[in-house]
Amino acid sequence: MNVAGHFSYAVTIFLMVAGLFIVIARGNLIKKLVGLGIFQTSVYMLYIAPGKLIGGTAPIVSEAFRVYSNPLPHVLILTAIVVGVATLALGLALVVRIRETYGGIEEDEILAADRQEDEASPS
Amino acid sequence: MTFAQHLPALQVVVPLVTAPLTVLLRDRRAAYGLLLLAAWASFAIAIALWQQASAAGVVSYAIGSWAPPWGIEYRVDRLSAMVLVLVSGMAAVVLPATRASIEAELPREQHYLFYTMFALCLAGLLGITITGDAFNIFVFLEISSLSTYVLIAMGRERRALVAAYQYLIMGTIGATFIVIGIGLLYLQTGTLNLVDMGHRLRDIGGHRPVLAALAFLTVGLSLKLALFPLHQWLPNAYAYAPSVVAAFLAATATKVAVYALLRFYFSVFGESAVFNRLPMQEVMLMLALGGMFIASAVACFQDNLKRLFAYSSVSQIGYIVLGISFDSVTGLTASIIHLFNHAFAKGAIFLLLGGVAATLGGVTLDRVRGMGRRMPLTAFGITVGGLSLIGIPGTAGFVTKWYLVLAALQKGQWWLAFLIVLSSLIAVVYVWRFVEAAYFRAPAGGGEVREAPWSMLVPAWVLIGAVLYFGLDTSFTVGQGSQAAAALLRASP
Repeated sequence: MNVAGHFSYAVTIFLMVAGLFIVIARGNLIKKLVGLGIFQTSVYMLYIAPGKLIGGTAPIVSEAFRVYSNPLPHVLILTAIVVGVATLALGLALVVRIRETYGGIEEDEILAADRQEDEASPS
Repeated sequence: MTFAQHLPALQVVVPLVTAPLTVLLRDRRAAYGLLLLAAWASFAIAIALWQQASAAGVVSYAIGSWAPPWGIEYRVDRLSAMVLVLVSGMAAVVLPATRASIEAELPREQHYLFYTMFALCLAGLLGITITGDAFNIFVFLEISSLSTYVLIAMGRERRALVAAYQYLIMGTIGATFIVIGIGLLYLQTGTLNLVDMGHRLRDIGGHRPVLAALAFLTVGLSLKLALFPLHQWLPNAYAYAPSVVAAFLAATATKVAVYALLRFYFSVFGESAVFNRLPMQEVMLMLALGGMFIASAVACFQDNLKRLFAYSSVSQIGYIVLGISFDSVTGLTASIIHLFNHAFAKGAIFLLLGGVAATLGGVTLDRVRGMGRRMPLTAFGITVGGLSLIGIPGTAGFVTKWYLVLAALQKGQWWLAFLIVLSSLIAVVYVWRFVEAAYFRAPAGGGEVREAPWSMLVPAWVLIGAVLYFGLDTSFTVGQGSQAAAALLRASP
């Protein structure tokens, strides 16, 4: 088992698990989004790291080079980054609206407010 | 190239281009007219594609003329053609009801943006279905999901915001799991084209990363299709979203996720890899049974009718997954027909509930008391839809149950056939709660007859008509469904 060779995977998996843990364990809606961001970012590593070969160049065919890196993962992840930004923006916009109507961004406070409303008008 | 050859691209492009146009128009009537035209156009395109696919078997379209597997391929086979017809058809039927419904539920200045999001959602769902490229599936999935979150957040109550936020978190985790699975497959095969991927995986065999990819994709897609116990986002999302959104999503969004699952299981991994190397059959069977019983039981205790029928959706998804777990033509046929049967019944029920919400001001059980007398057509429509959920002979739901029981008996699992019938009895309980309130209780307010708006009644009754028609004449759905199932299993590596 080559530890140095698997370094990028170790980082990826750490970020993945850490991000998912934050999403599950935190009650603050903003912190949940931060965790979600870390979780999504780990996937960028998963894609990009294996695309790079040490000593590889951009895939422009030439006599001088034998080893080329794969550019496709970068293109895919560019798309995924855009998706991630859109998700984060929408999530934050929702949190702003939740803050405006509930007056808080803690999950348990919001659930308690909903419960109170239910008890006030049992319908 | 002639016009007919470009239909696969137009299928997605038409609703996709409509979205920015509706923003530019900034006028709710013009936006509505444009979207209605686009939805009907994509329905027509879907039918034309379905005819092409029935004649040729597979329609392949190279985007930008870059030949697959290098370029992005749009691929229409029997199954995807059926799902395209379902999604665009539901949009075409639901849209006429939107105007009256959102008039009652949304502030006017948001109307044109509502149509924008609806167009994006439609484009995304059609894109997932038509594309033959794994990463494309993820991108279209996110297009449809992000627009869905916005649509849900537009609901009248503040709880819609929390429901949308929860769905955003769950949905993004699901989508990220899917993209991890696709990434692992790409690292193993070096291709993103689904067919090519399937061929190369056969040579690779069962590496552990391939199994990990299978696991990630299964969990991610199960979140999207609300398989028990990953369904937590669904009840609130359907209950607090604007009524037409609930109708459209209940009929299409989870169905498209089921389609993506079928596509990955049978066209990419191959049934032998999925069902022999991992105990997927047992896992899916248990989860399906869990959904069928537990979600139905929870539905019996709901007072809000939208939540009640949302939990019923989770149990109906259980039947669809149960059919997949049989791994036989009969079982898959049942799943594929149930995509349609459930979409018709649930789409109609949620549309009618939208009518109830607009007329009576709420959809709780005590609001609908005596509704059978005050809104006879609406109440009867919901009842027929409910009967189809139970699986009463003469409704479309019965056809599904029949094939599920048949598939169970083919496997010699008579106890499973018994459980399928038993779970239908739970559906009797929750449908009866509505029937009792609507027909056997005195009206809450005055007894005057006041139906839901016609523009909502007619689309809903079109769907109810489909429920009854396909319950009596099964040759079309069963014929198409079993052909699609057989093609899926035959092509499976």
